[in-house]
Amino acid sequence: MTIWLVILVVAAGSFLLKAAGPALLGDRELPSWSRGVIGLLAPALLAALVVTEVLGRRWSAVDVTVVAALAGVVVAPGCCGPRCFWPY
Amino acid sequence: MAADRVRRLPGVGVDGRRDSFLAGMRVGVGLATAGFVLAVTFGASAREQGWSALAAIVASVLIFSGSAQFALMTALASGGAAGPAVAAALLINGRFLPMGLAVGPSLSGGRFRRALQGQAVVDGSWVAAHLGGGRFDRWRMFGATIVQWPAWVAGTVVGVFGAPSPELVETLGLDVVFPAFFLALLLDELREGRLPLIAAALGAAVAAGLLWWVPAGIALVGATAGALVGLRSTTVPE
Repeated sequence: MTIWLVILVVAAGSFLLKAAGPALLGDRELPSWSRGVIGLLAPALLAALVVTEVLGRRWSAVDVTVVAALAGVVVAPGCCGPRCFWPY
Repeated sequence: MAADRVRRLPGVGVDGRRDSFLAGMRVGVGLATAGFVLAVTFGASAREQGWSALAAIVASVLIFSGSAQFALMTALASGGAAGPAVAAALLINGRFLPMGLAVGPSLSGGRFRRALQGQAVVDGSWVAAHLGGGRFDRWRMFGATIVQWPAWVAGTVVGVFGAPSPELVETLGLDVVFPAFFLALLLDELREGRLPLIAAALGAAVAAGLLWWVPAGIALVGATAGALVGLRSTTVPE
């Protein structure tokens, strides 16, 4: 019973977390001071996503193979970002 | 010809929307492949921890968040009570709040419709849909997510009934896919100027520091502090 309750509560909470921003903002324009911040959320979060994926909790997930593969992404000749991964 | 160009702008016009959606689906295929294997691991691990097959599958259907589901499973497996387990999972998904705020102005319709559209926000889709300057192509995000969700659920089904090795992700080398994907997108962002570089450096430093004490989800929320350098700018970074 507990597991079902926990799953439902987390599902509802996750729904609300995703819904809150779009629902609260509606179609209102963001204040000008916030646009610069929101424009920089992507690079800040992307860098953090790379770090969390590579390091793991208490930096316990560091794997030389993964680090070497990521270094390859950085130095790959002609690498221009996402187009290295998919054609569009 | 000019009208044709307008229709094919990202997410603009019927053709533009279709092109964006299909482009998102192409992105989603790569992410879904890695996600599928991760979900197999989740399903197999959940069964090992004593979850019923149905509970594991329903968790993937409703929560659809690998990091939160693994956190939930880990917290419950170590004898944790329900409250802290729920808190850990929701804190990890706390990153969806700033992500939703960022993508909000790019969605359409009333509040309820926007709230539903916001459910398409998952890490890979969100970054793939970012056009720069805080603008997002919602159709690309929808396309990327619509491929990943069934793959995530299907992977869980395979995991709970197939019970493969929990080391499957590492064995197939798929543990590199997500960080490499995020890094490639980051490199693209960093070409936009100096402020994105500063924001990324601060975000990475904050996340690395916080990881020592808190789970990844909380570290990600903390890393959004890096974006505060945008307060110094009156122009939106392109």
